[in-house]
Amino acid sequence: MAEFLSFRTGEAAQEPAVTVEAFTGQTNATAVRIEPGEDARALLPHIDRLSLVEVNFPAFGDGRGYSAARILREAGYEGELRAVGDVLVDQLTAMRRCGFDAFKPNHPLDDAVVKTSLERYDDVYQKTIDGRPPVWAKRHPEKVNG
Amino acid sequence: MYRYDQYDQEIVDARVEEFRDQARRRLAGEMTEDQFKPLRLMNGLYLQLHAYMLRVAVPYGTMSGKQMRMLGHIARKYDKGYGHFTTRQNIQYNWIKLEDAADILAELATVEMHAIQTSGNCIRNISSDQYAGAAADEIADPRPWAELLRQWSTFHPEFTYLPRKFKIAVIASAEDRAAMRLHDIGIELVKRDGKVGAKFFVGGGMGRTPMIAPEIKDFVPEEELISYAEACLRVYNRYGRRDNKYKARIKILVHEIGADEYRRQVEEEFAHMKTLGIDPPVAELARIRTYFADPAYETGLSDAVDRSDPDFALWLDQNVVTHKQPGYAIVNISLKPVGGIPGDASADQIELIADLTERYSLDEVRVTHAQNIVLPYVKKADLYALWQQLDEAGLGESNLNLITDMIACPGLDYCSLANARAIPVAQKIADRFADPARQRDLGELKLKISGCINACGHHHAGHIGILGVDRKGVENYQLLLGGSGAEDASIGTITGPGFGEDGVVDAIEKVTNLYVAERQEGERFLDTYRRLGMKPFKEAIYG
Amino acid sequence: MILLTGNDLASGDVIWWTGSGWSRHVGEAADAGSEADAILARESAALKVNAGYSVEAEATASGPLPLHIKERIRASGPTVRADLAINTAIPIVRA
Repeated sequence: MAEFLSFRTGEAAQEPAVTVEAFTGQTNATAVRIEPGEDARALLPHIDRLSLVEVNFPAFGDGRGYSAARILREAGYEGELRAVGDVLVDQLTAMRRCGFDAFKPNHPLDDAVVKTSLERYDDVYQKTIDGRPPVWAKRHPEKVNG
Repeated sequence: MYRYDQYDQEIVDARVEEFRDQARRRLAGEMTEDQFKPLRLMNGLYLQLHAYMLRVAVPYGTMSGKQMRMLGHIARKYDKGYGHFTTRQNIQYNWIKLEDAADILAELATVEMHAIQTSGNCIRNISSDQYAGAAADEIADPRPWAELLRQWSTFHPEFTYLPRKFKIAVIASAEDRAAMRLHDIGIELVKRDGKVGAKFFVGGGMGRTPMIAPEIKDFVPEEELISYAEACLRVYNRYGRRDNKYKARIKILVHEIGADEYRRQVEEEFAHMKTLGIDPPVAELARIRTYFADPAYETGLSDAVDRSDPDFALWLDQNVVTHKQPGYAIVNISLKPVGGIPGDASADQIELIADLTERYSLDEVRVTHAQNIVLPYVKKADLYALWQQLDEAGLGESNLNLITDMIACPGLDYCSLANARAIPVAQKIADRFADPARQRDLGELKLKISGCINACGHHHAGHIGILGVDRKGVENYQLLLGGSGAEDASIGTITGPGFGEDGVVDAIEKVTNLYVAERQEGERFLDTYRRLGMKPFKEAIYG
Repeated sequence: MILLTGNDLASGDVIWWTGSGWSRHVGEAADAGSEADAILARESAALKVNAGYSVEAEATASGPLPLHIKERIRASGPTVRADLAINTAIPIVRA
């Protein structure tokens, strides 16, 4: 069973994550935690000094964290992007596609179920920041740049 | 119509296995109901008053005969021999077992069908005009755009846990046959400088607070459609209310911040989205469009129809609509026989419709949001033979758009959300107004019944609307007048205190009697109501 | 009296707590009284019932009858399809 899951190479970021409010006030914090109602774009001026962004999911049905993650990756954030809280194995694929590369769920996840879940779909319909070519790119390889 | 390629098929097949595994984990107790519920909802599986209910997707209401036949097979093999066509062009089965659900989805996948995202807080079935491809007034077939959006919305990773459900409709004519303005996003295809683009209306909906969607953008070209849609959804996902289930739809957000502010936020996000390369190349929409090319029409056909059978002539005049192609007609099949259950069809009827689809409609059939069926490509020469078979099967009611062509939700007979039954009221009204001559005299009269405030029966958009409520454990019915889901969209107004089941039927009769007494030349009921206002109707009802 | 109702997890059938198990017939339902929450928790965990909840009911000559119309329809079946009903003798509208 996995209590912490990471798809990054190297060690997980260890520094405790401060709140967005504290982070934007301090100059030496490198880890921040976003709550659902907070604006990920507030972090964009500072992404160069961030090595960890935790996105909290107090309830798995609150999907705001998915937008927060994508916004950060779209802006070029390359550090650890960690989903924490009410994270179930059935959300992992969507979270990975939005840019999450680490997970600290409230309840441990079964490794076998995680593997099956993430390998379920060979293809995806949308282009996001995960680098997977969407189906339309495979259908029209000659028309797509990059 | 669209056909899956290897990618579409692989995705649907994988989804079946994913759900099979999720159901297995639930049945083994590895997941709680709270954990399983959103997952099963995203595969259209509800837990209803009597059993699990499965809602199968019919993308923009279009199917082949083979697909319709599979729906009949599902009704027969896994349910109790019937299905219910819905106000979002889908079909529902009321008696499904969880242990069968994955097998049902597997059978559906063999004919390119699924139950993906027909429930849950995600983007739902994209609906469209039931006459698409056959109507003379469309500027282009809206369905390729609907298909592009269907694929974009399927398992969209950012929009899987929205504040609430999200419904999109796409039309391509000035006449709105899909209640487009009452959707979360309504799209009207329009032409500008010879190019077809999408006009976006955002923030419509019914339910507790009905609203007509304001126009947010007048023209989005096809190569930016996905960026713009994505921007609309991202703003909603980030800022839609999550504190109160009854204030979580996008219509509340647009209303609270104002259409101008919503538009501004979308434009900002849109500018950003356009830099990400998320729009498919125009070749993709062109590829999809090839599936919606005109069918191989016969030419040189006669437009003459033998009207000597009077019953046939009545059906012809009421249910058959002009086709853009000479020699052809659009046929409406009523699922509203007087005294029947609106929108329900038996397995036998479904299978007959499948046969008729293949024999008489170039293998294409549609579901309408008014819970009826359309055969869009019928040769005029075949109309009589077609009608005879429909009539024999109880599918020949000549009541399109008449008072007995009601929309009624399943209501408290089936639905655990309901406050009152809707079907018995519909049956009583139909019995009261059964006389075909009286119905034709009343003319176009769209009556819509919802068993609760969720408004699945579209009562706010009824020329006459009925809302069932619970008054201290007793069913009570509020009457509304003057709603419309067409391009002249309006929200109905409540007449006053509610009625019991018999009382509401009497009240409706008073309303229609007043219409007959006061109407002017050419006025439908809705027109007379709009001219006179509520006051005389209120007086007629309450004395 | 307090009845307990829910659905069979696998089949979806509506079921009623009898005091020792679950029955499809409200006529066999028992008063769960103050034990309602405990019974539901235990039976849900044992996968004997799904989405269970308490229902206020009254004892009548023909057996326990839920007070609210929704649960009477639940006990009886769709009123517009007598052929699919479990028990058409259950009065839908309270006298």
